[in-house]
Amino acid sequence: MTQISLTVDGTQVTDDVEPRMLLVQYLREKLGKTGTVVGCDTSNCGACTVHLDGRSVKSCNVLAVQADGHEVTTIEGLATNGELHPVQAAFRECHGLQCGFCTPGMIMQSVDLLNENPHPTEAEVRVGLEGNLCRCTGYHNIVKAVLYAAEHADEAEKAGVQ
Amino acid sequence: MTATAERADAEIGKDRRRKEDQRLITGRTRWTDNITLPGMLHLSMVRSPFAHAKITGIDASAAKSAPNVVDVLTGADFGDELGVCINAWPITPDQVTPNHSPMPADRVAFAGEVVAVVVARSAAEARDAAELVDVEYDELPAALDLKDAAADTVLAHPDAGTNKSALWVFDSGEAGTGGNVEEAIEKARADGIVIEREYRQQRLIPAFMEPRSVVVDPTGEQLTMWSATQIPHILRFALAATTGVPESKIRVIAPDVGGGFGGKLQVTPEEWIAWAVARRIHRPVKYTETRSESLQSGHHGRDQWQKLTLAATKDGTVTGFKVDLLADLGAYVAIVGGGVPVLGAFMFNAIYKFPAYRFSCQTVLTNKTWTDAYRGAGRPEATYAVERIMDELAAEVGVDPLEIREKNWIKHEEFPFTTVAGLTYDSGNYEAATAKAKEMFGYDALRAEQKQRRDAGDRVQLGIGISTFTEMCGLAPSRVLGTLDYGAGGWEHAGVRMLATGKVEVTTGSSAHGQGHETAFSQIVADRLGVPFEDVEILHGDTAVAHKGLDTYGSRSLTVGGEALVRAADKVIEKAKPIAAHLLEANVDDVEFSAGTFNVKGTDQGKTIQDIALATFAAHDYPEGIEPNIDAESTYDPVNFSFPHGTHLCAMEVDTETGGTTMRKYVCVDDVGVIINPLIVSGQVHGGLVQGIAQALWEEAVHDDSGTLVSGSLVDYLLPTAADTISFEWDHTTSPSTTNSLGTKGVGEAGTIASTPAVVNAIVDAVRHLGINDIQMPCTPARVWKAIQEGAGA
Repeated sequence: MTQISLTVDGTQVTDDVEPRMLLVQYLREKLGKTGTVVGCDTSNCGACTVHLDGRSVKSCNVLAVQADGHEVTTIEGLATNGELHPVQAAFRECHGLQCGFCTPGMIMQSVDLLNENPHPTEAEVRVGLEGNLCRCTGYHNIVKAVLYAAEHADEAEKAGVQ
Repeated sequence: MTATAERADAEIGKDRRRKEDQRLITGRTRWTDNITLPGMLHLSMVRSPFAHAKITGIDASAAKSAPNVVDVLTGADFGDELGVCINAWPITPDQVTPNHSPMPADRVAFAGEVVAVVVARSAAEARDAAELVDVEYDELPAALDLKDAAADTVLAHPDAGTNKSALWVFDSGEAGTGGNVEEAIEKARADGIVIEREYRQQRLIPAFMEPRSVVVDPTGEQLTMWSATQIPHILRFALAATTGVPESKIRVIAPDVGGGFGGKLQVTPEEWIAWAVARRIHRPVKYTETRSESLQSGHHGRDQWQKLTLAATKDGTVTGFKVDLLADLGAYVAIVGGGVPVLGAFMFNAIYKFPAYRFSCQTVLTNKTWTDAYRGAGRPEATYAVERIMDELAAEVGVDPLEIREKNWIKHEEFPFTTVAGLTYDSGNYEAATAKAKEMFGYDALRAEQKQRRDAGDRVQLGIGISTFTEMCGLAPSRVLGTLDYGAGGWEHAGVRMLATGKVEVTTGSSAHGQGHETAFSQIVADRLGVPFEDVEILHGDTAVAHKGLDTYGSRSLTVGGEALVRAADKVIEKAKPIAAHLLEANVDDVEFSAGTFNVKGTDQGKTIQDIALATFAAHDYPEGIEPNIDAESTYDPVNFSFPHGTHLCAMEVDTETGGTTMRKYVCVDDVGVIINPLIVSGQVHGGLVQGIAQALWEEAVHDDSGTLVSGSLVDYLLPTAADTISFEWDHTTSPSTTNSLGTKGVGEAGTIASTPAVVNAIVDAVRHLGINDIQMPCTPARVWKAIQEGAGA
């Protein structure tokens, strides 16, 4: 067992973990952060995507011990003070989810994408989400949601300048 | 009194944002794998690496002594306790149906079948120990190729004596629904056109995003099973019927379920094993499959060879259609596995007035993963065949494929129309949907561009694909199912409960796994009862809450479950009416209900339905001779299927040097009757389209020569990504269904049924001038390139 200390969704946690334990297992099984889910065993689906120090990672591809000393944000920590993150709100507004299983990962990846590129084209959104699989939506409304979030972030920004 | 008068019919047709979304976008979800119970143990399955083998010995001693392993159990340890995986639809009285033990003790019939289960304190420890279970096998020859298996060269189940499970035939001449197809073909050979083709429906994997998971809690009076299933009610029935546990002692819960697409329309070996283990060791257990296990052992779909003969006059009027199918069941006849191609039997004539039709299907057992429903279930296969061959007919006659369709389709003034397959289509308007789609697509301009590129000999050619599909859904009138030897009915159940505070609890036997029932059903009830959308709570997926139901598949939830809801709500109003009259001191006949309020005709006196709910709760003052209760239930058995249709147009670019294909444009106009929530409906179409497009272009479950699933992970089974797909242009026409009061038709499977032939027709259309009239799916660059090489050489 190895002791790790990290911040998860704003809370400091310390645990003894097996060195082979994946970050996603740690989140789900030790912390009860079941908002983050496991959809495959080959790191293809991206359902387990979280942020590690503000950048998206597939948490099935990171060992819990690698997160020692770092900051993890999951879908459960994305909203602030009960206010949905604009990307969460956009997914609802644009019907960017159906069964919702890919949604945590899809939203976390979309947030990362927009942090990197606040004004993406449709093609850039599509390439940016290539590592996250969805079987329900045909991606149509997911892409729309990300573009919607970008557009409305712009509006908020402009309103702020004025 | 609550003011609700302005709310009349406000909800139906509105783009309501979904009630489900708040929990799903914030991670407050209730997937089965999230569940943890005190003392819960974890299961890992030991699976056969061989497609066909005798089990000669299992040594579990090393596994049993591994850390925190509680037990290792095999089929022999359980015997009859295990129950049996059921086939609910024997399609013929003499169907060959091999016994399907969830964990066979003596012989495995496909690679991935469970031979032992490890029980441990953690999932990781169970999985580690599963590696230590030493199973000895004597490998047997495996029946793998569908056509070879149909010839009984190698037997999938030696004791059965044959691989041929059932032969199901429909003949319009014999049924009295049309003429004799052989005569039509003979006549066309002499003086007309005969088109013969053989199409392949490759094997697909439903690949829902949430892997299947099951938790069983045997503590307490009832046994509770949580499962990521589409069919909690059918599952409960099956558990009771095959294990002898009284149905009343079983509670099945399908909590949040992450997609199904038919893939979770199954009673699975893993559910049976988890059930048996929990009962044996008296502790709660959980099993969650890995993705690789899911792809290998969850049922697959499609997998047919389709031999087609189309007879027509020289001007392209179809005179007969003959269909001979071989359908691969895999190793066992799954819950409705044999019935899937039979559902297709009624759809090969599609929207057309074929005067003669014959369908035969031979279902065949092989040593591959079992097959069953996958989105569309029989209807995509049929639609693909007929929409592909109609293009071939157009090419033979030398006219536009839309023209050949129009010549043969049912005119809108001819509805209701009884087809050559014996179904009565209640409504539709193929002309309107097609006209709208053509305009949105810019059909004439794209045809002009196609001609220009063809004339110029461009490297990248353009093709236009058409699919004017229909389907039968809303499963199903119970009497019709009875005539098809299906083991259950097709009704749906709903309950509406008015709470004392005026809120409404609704139960439905049709549980959702992504379809948005909680939103659309709330809209229906809100309109019917004249209560706010927010005040309606839809409860589903728990046999203790929504006690009666037949679950979710076959695009049935709205047309069957929604109608049950309407009827239950109407009963609530009827029950409330005498109480309202009593409180208003009026004659019942003078009271009318509108927009949530009971009014005395010609006065401004009224009581809302919420007022009546509260008055009934208090029960201080209500009429003699009735109960103080306005709750109601309804069980609705549909009188017909629903027949959505649409015109889908697809433009594909084909690089003639590389075989690469690119989708340029996809337009669809669907007619699904009255739409409750356009946002949800268009979302269903988008997702359906991509699954159908994926069959045309990418997906295929491939077994190698030894029966191992080569496409056994998401690295190898090509699910499309956002980068592979485009945005779609969707619109609709509205021909209300005449067989349910909402006028709705199903939509869940429409996109998948329609899109596959549209894409392949477009690819073939792009290269037809190079001598090509077919490319086998999936139309990978390699296959397209090869076809172009062979076509050019021909």
